[in-house]
Amino acid sequence: MDTPQLIKVTIDGQEVHVPVGTTIMEAARQIGPDVAPPAMCYYKPLKGSGGKCRACLVKVSQGSEKDPRPMPKLVASCITGAQDGMVVENFTSPEVVEARKGVVEFLLLNHPLDCPVCDQAGECHLQDFAFENGVGTTRYEEERRTFEPENLGDNIQLHMNRCVLCYRCVYTADQITDKRVHGVMYRGDHAEISTYINNVIENDFSGNVIDVCPVGALTDKTYRFKSRVWFSKPVDAHRDCDKCCGKVNLWYKGDEVIRVTARKNQWGEVEDFICNSCRFDSKKTADWVIEGPTKVKRASVISANKYPKNEIKKPAFALDYAAHNFKKINDDRPYYKNLKEVKGSEDYKALMEQNAEFFPKETSKK
Amino acid sequence: MAKGIKILTEHINTPGIETFEVYKKSGGYAAVEKVIKKMTPEEVVEEVKKSGVRGRGGAGFPMGMKWSFLAKPEGVPRYLVCNADESEPGTFKDHFLMKSIPHLLIEGMIVSSFALGAHKSFIYVRGELMYVIRILEKAIEEAKAAGYLGKNILGSGYDLELVVQPGGGAYICGEETALLESLEGKRGNPRNKPPFPAVKGLYQSPTVVNNVESIANTPWIINNGGDAYAALGIGRSTGTKLISASGHIKNPGVYEIELGLPVEEFLYSDEFLGGIRDGHHLKAVVAGGSSVPILPANLFLKTANGEDRLMSYESLSDGGFASGTMLGSGGFIAMDETTCIVRNTWNFSRFYHHESCGQCSPCREGTGWMEKVLHRIEHGHGNMRDIDLLVDVAKKIEGNTICPLGDAAAWPVASAIRHFRDEFEWHVKYPKEATMKGAVYVKEEVLV
Ligand SMILES: Cc1cc2nc3c(=O)[nH]c(=O)nc-3n(C[C@H](O)[C@H](O)[C@H](O)COP(=O)(O)O)c2cc1C
Repeated sequence: MDTPQLIKVTIDGQEVHVPVGTTIMEAARQIGPDVAPPAMCYYKPLKGSGGKCRACLVKVSQGSEKDPRPMPKLVASCITGAQDGMVVENFTSPEVVEARKGVVEFLLLNHPLDCPVCDQAGECHLQDFAFENGVGTTRYEEERRTFEPENLGDNIQLHMNRCVLCYRCVYTADQITDKRVHGVMYRGDHAEISTYINNVIENDFSGNVIDVCPVGALTDKTYRFKSRVWFSKPVDAHRDCDKCCGKVNLWYKGDEVIRVTARKNQWGEVEDFICNSCRFDSKKTADWVIEGPTKVKRASVISANKYPKNEIKKPAFALDYAAHNFKKINDDRPYYKNLKEVKGSEDYKALMEQNAEFFPKETSKK
Repeated sequence: MAKGIKILTEHINTPGIETFEVYKKSGGYAAVEKVIKKMTPEEVVEEVKKSGVRGRGGAGFPMGMKWSFLAKPEGVPRYLVCNADESEPGTFKDHFLMKSIPHLLIEGMIVSSFALGAHKSFIYVRGELMYVIRILEKAIEEAKAAGYLGKNILGSGYDLELVVQPGGGAYICGEETALLESLEGKRGNPRNKPPFPAVKGLYQSPTVVNNVESIANTPWIINNGGDAYAALGIGRSTGTKLISASGHIKNPGVYEIELGLPVEEFLYSDEFLGGIRDGHHLKAVVAGGSSVPILPANLFLKTANGEDRLMSYESLSDGGFASGTMLGSGGFIAMDETTCIVRNTWNFSRFYHHESCGQCSPCREGTGWMEKVLHRIEHGHGNMRDIDLLVDVAKKIEGNTICPLGDAAAWPVASAIRHFRDEFEWHVKYPKEATMKGAVYVKEEVLV
């Protein structure tokens, strides 16, 4: 028989049939983004990744058809195999939601929160993860951990302070570059991504560590501080490359290509790794065959400013919600009617003069 | 069976027992001869199963059962790895056993390797114990010279090579999968499970990891039979256990006790700990190494139901974490009323912060956080919020990590607050008094 044996998994009440050996995470992704657990370290293209960040913890309330006992602890869905008849609770389990809040808090504990100056802001998985699963405040009062800066060469910028130790870059270097010179040194909360005796990371595919980094710890030095991502426009393009697939996203600011990245799927995973010549040395439009605008998720901040006003439709439910919950302001109230009158009165002018120091003179705008 | 029977330490005071000759004269290596000449590997596993001996490294998993889980695919080597990384604060029994009577472990390794069909076995020793490593290597040389190790052992055709591997001095490398990584020459990060070592362990081959004491029990079990071992002890806590006792007791040291010994007898009789040092009272006990929940003296001696507590897996864990603890690795730490629980908790916390491998986020970040908050409370800068914060952080680490180090870091903190909350509150309310040298908060009711 050709058809692989399928097993049935239920995740947040939705059933899916997947081949034997599929993880809970992959099964959930088949159902769709609404039930897919978040992932900060798991990265499908990288063998062995996953299990570390604990963002994807889920509750298994029924182990399988044969053995319906629930699993005693929350499990990391990215590394736990699905069983036939398994029932998984993800966003529907208060326990999972609570644990995930904890993971957000842990990941942000020593994170500098320097989003305003971070090149990753806007396409940062930690931002998304925290926004969607965390709370708005921190209970951490202690000093944040910092690291000595380290120079990885002309192309890659390492900001160790922002690192969440997902190990993706280590796997990338192991699996798709020919020489790994970096890894994790030290341990506990002093563990750091670093090179052995100040090496420069230099080989044809080293730039991919930038794309796999979920945060702003590894960024493109040639793009550093050039733009916020939402001010640039991604375009699909390709070229003949003898080293890699040559399929990329070009990021335009005006007519200028300010950055080249690999293309990513809806889970933020690289579709095909690209070489450094494509990434760092081919920044002219003439180098590329343009395919068209990159599809950007509507929810992404990258899509901001990219839709003409008349095309934006407010979702009906939002209008309903507003109509339901808010009263229309009655502009006939005397205060508004009389505002002009008041402003023109002598009393008002005298009052303003008395307190002039608090009201800086309006400078006329050009 | 005679009271006070010694399985591991019977000959420990015999002069020269660390040499092959004396060890052999005291009946040593009889078990090797027996298994090699008269038994099949399956029969050895069966005896160990019958003995009911449980892993002495902390988790207490039945050893025979672990052995029977070992996958046996054709053409793939199987490995036995002895965990001699012993780094838990309060636990020092394996160290004592290996340095005093190294051949007992070597004999156990041969018996166990034979049972599992392993031809190359490893003893992974904590890196700080260089002198013990030399003792073991010497013992291996002696055993080899006598034909008990190496090629064609006792003419049976069974080959076994024993390798002693020093660790780098990391507590995390005592966790079995981190140990295997380290043994392979990699960074000692625990692996994701499954697969378990029994299926994919060392070099992706089926592997059994056992504690020194667990393995050292096997010669006696072979010589006397699994049933004789199972007759010792109480209930599912069969046999004897080494307890390394430290703290404010009269006779600190390593003791071999028959499981089921009443806690009170162990603590107060002159044969064992001899009681609390003169003029002082017992305040708290950590019964099984720093990872297990701390108990106040009254709850340690008697369970919540008022029954006498026994030194056994079941009795110590009676009451769950609400009023019980665990036998763990047998690191017994007694604390009298001069001990500040907050300071002690901070100190434990410091250890786990230092030893976390940093791989998974709850442990990496949480251990550091707890340490810093405890440091603040201990040094008079805490507030009431911090106490509940610690409980919550511990809860968010527990059970959510790759390996049990997260639990080991969370339990001491959670249990200290559970049982000694007023002491934490006192530190917050009266920081001046609390930070005075030697100042300790004592609640009379818990002292014994
Ligand atoms: C953080 C950590 C440290 C550990 N350290 C040790 C150790 O030093 N020695 C040991 O025998 N087991 C240690 N263990 C337990 C081992 O993982 C494993 O359960 C044990 O070696 C199995 O042997 P046993 O079944 O004979 O007890 C540790 C576990 C953890 C989680």
